[in-house]
Amino acid sequence: MAAISKSFGATRALNGVSLELRAGEALALIGENGAGKSTLMNVLSGALAPDEGEMELEGRWYAPSGPHAARLAGVAMIYQELNLAPDLSVEENIMLGQESSYWGVLDRAEQRRRAGAALERLGHGNLRLEMPVSRLSVGMQQLVEIARALASEAKVVIFDEPTSSLARADVERLFDTIGRLRQEGLGVIYISHFLEEIRRVCDSYIVLRDGEAVDRGTLKGTSEAQIVSFMVGRTIAELYPRVPHTPGETVLSIAGLSGASKPRDASFELRRGEILGLAGLVGAGRTELVRSIYALDAVRSGRVRVGTIYPSATPKSRIRAGLAYVSEDRKSEGLAQARSIADNVTYSRLSPYSRGGWLNLKRRGQAVAGWMRALEIKSDTPEAAVESLSGGNQQKVALARVLHQGAEILLLDEPTRGIDVGTKAIIYRMMGELAAAGKAILFVSSYFQELLQVCDRIGVMSRGRLREIRPAVEWTEESLLSRAIETTE
Amino acid sequence: MMKARGTKVWALLASRFGPGLALLLVFCFFAVADAIQPNGGTFLTARNLQAMLISSAPVVMAALGATVVIIAGGIDLSAGTAMSLCATVLAWVLLKGGSIELALVCCLLTGCLAGAANGIMISALDVAPFIVTLGTMTAYLGFAKLVADETTVRPPLESVPQWLNGLAMPSPKPAWLLVAPGVWIMLLMALVLSAVLRYTVFGRHVFALGSNEKTARLCGLNVPALKVAIYTVAGLFIGVAGVYEFAKLKVGNPISGIGLELKAIAAVVIGGASLNGGRGTVLGTLAGALLMQTILSGCTQLGLSNPIQDIILGIMIIAAVTVDQIRQRRMA
Repeated sequence: MAAISKSFGATRALNGVSLELRAGEALALIGENGAGKSTLMNVLSGALAPDEGEMELEGRWYAPSGPHAARLAGVAMIYQELNLAPDLSVEENIMLGQESSYWGVLDRAEQRRRAGAALERLGHGNLRLEMPVSRLSVGMQQLVEIARALASEAKVVIFDEPTSSLARADVERLFDTIGRLRQEGLGVIYISHFLEEIRRVCDSYIVLRDGEAVDRGTLKGTSEAQIVSFMVGRTIAELYPRVPHTPGETVLSIAGLSGASKPRDASFELRRGEILGLAGLVGAGRTELVRSIYALDAVRSGRVRVGTIYPSATPKSRIRAGLAYVSEDRKSEGLAQARSIADNVTYSRLSPYSRGGWLNLKRRGQAVAGWMRALEIKSDTPEAAVESLSGGNQQKVALARVLHQGAEILLLDEPTRGIDVGTKAIIYRMMGELAAAGKAILFVSSYFQELLQVCDRIGVMSRGRLREIRPAVEWTEESLLSRAIETTE
Repeated sequence: MMKARGTKVWALLASRFGPGLALLLVFCFFAVADAIQPNGGTFLTARNLQAMLISSAPVVMAALGATVVIIAGGIDLSAGTAMSLCATVLAWVLLKGGSIELALVCCLLTGCLAGAANGIMISALDVAPFIVTLGTMTAYLGFAKLVADETTVRPPLESVPQWLNGLAMPSPKPAWLLVAPGVWIMLLMALVLSAVLRYTVFGRHVFALGSNEKTARLCGLNVPALKVAIYTVAGLFIGVAGVYEFAKLKVGNPISGIGLELKAIAAVVIGGASLNGGRGTVLGTLAGALLMQTILSGCTQLGLSNPIQDIILGIMIIAAVTVDQIRQRRMA
């Protein structure tokens, strides 16, 4: 039995974390975003060099100079976003970077044999080697990556959120594949947010928080509540501060809204002082629904009514009607990363500071500084570029824009994704305060727990359809999930 | 902490005045190199400096327009041929007996229309600016040749007023102007554009669009209209460059502007703008254009041949962008 032990001690991202993985073991790496999971795995897979600490692989000193060296030594990482060349074939992708050749001339027969053998070991020997991977489903593409790891004689395979973009059937196949890897004596490290999933795949776990290992053990006999409290570092009541609010009259009604492919025939009403949650799996059509309400995506049929008016189908007129949208993707859509905080906060409403098209930058700076204080945005000056801020502070800038806009209806798409727990608590409190002030909030999230804690009502989407809306108290995580994975048309 | 802040200030200074510092260095280099060579000392004369500014003016004017376009994440390859189209239209109106006022209006209008056409096609057809303006570059050359009937348009000398003739004169009248009126116009344009980019809603929107078009859309900006406005503004600058070009040549030559667009883009890029959009300054562009002119002029004074000048200029462009990228990486 080959035992692997590693310990690192980087200054901030990781603080003296050590872990041990046995052959055939599956270890779950658990933690909030920013807890140091990726840093730890990047060190292990050679993408980063540790400042302190040492690693050992099969009893030998292990210090990879880069990802390629790590892969040669037997550590392979399967990233959330797959690293495949879409136009190359299955065989070429499996053998990429480890081609069999004589003096640079490819040995096709040997290539095919090794690629085929790797697929065979995963139980997919029938996959056609000539097929370009772009024609495969995401699940099968992932399989090709795993086969690549096997072909390189990997001893440890790291999975980073592997199910986040998979369909249900592909998830089952992945679990089956991981089982095979373990039977072959490979060590598996599995990173995921989903505790249920972790219970199915892994036997032991380690919880990271703020770069330190705060808890570890075997999953059998450990309660979910214990893991969550270690993960979050605070109790549920601290994380979800309650601000009392009561729903009033309807401000937004959606009738039979259909987009290019999603959403399909969605109808609902949103009231003042109400937080309506939208639950569902990735790809269920929640983002598309919100984008069609905001007129960022084209609509095939259906109506959007705000108060008593039907605003025309441009974001500009939707803003004028009182809508505001926080994008799920603050990097490539939500924020102009290279521009300043002040610019990003005021882009959607420069009118208070302009006279005849000319801006009063001083007045604008003061106003933005006020928002920065209110939302606890940590930066010396409103003129700092948004890209210099942490994820949590960037998200606060996106929210500050919505508030500065003075919107009555807030469409928040995954507003807590990828930010630290402290900021999450601030955002939950802010949502409560906004609702208490009579604003209407549509809250899209993949994280059922926060929906259950924060929302007044929750609707579930799957396959582009809005399935059912019920008061939050009538839902549980299990009932949300069972509606979210519904596949009927 | 103090030290960290100190380096930050230096980095900020370097990024804001980097192109200006480079200009100063290169300028001093040529001034010294020229002074110590036998029968040198002509570089630092009023006459040479005046000539340098005059020949850089069309590039600067076009480059000012290109600055707006490039900050907004676009590119304009048609600037050169559009400029000669403007100058040719001006000459043609004079030739046909039109008044100078009419000719000027037609010239500027041609520039705006040429720019607006670029913007409309980019927005409406949703084709990359590079492709659209690559197409219009050739098309505008064709239009210019049509107007000129495939020759050079020579309006009668008496139809050109004195002030227009003097626009690009090396030694200005009155003498207290120091440099040609055209150069003053160019500096005034730079000043106004700089203020517009910083202190107007339009300016902020230009940066927003270039930095992230999706964000601009999300914030309710009318992106297609904004693009048309941006290319139209660039067209206006090209129109002014056309007036100046005519004042310099006294004829409408439909091919005189070929290659100007690349010089304009080079000036903007040397000035620290990013071809990915969202970054760039008027001051940088000004420094970039003058830097290129200084190298050309300085090399001539030193007796270096034309091919050598081109090679040095080419290396200069790559070096400027490389230095800028290293600086960016260090800032991040």
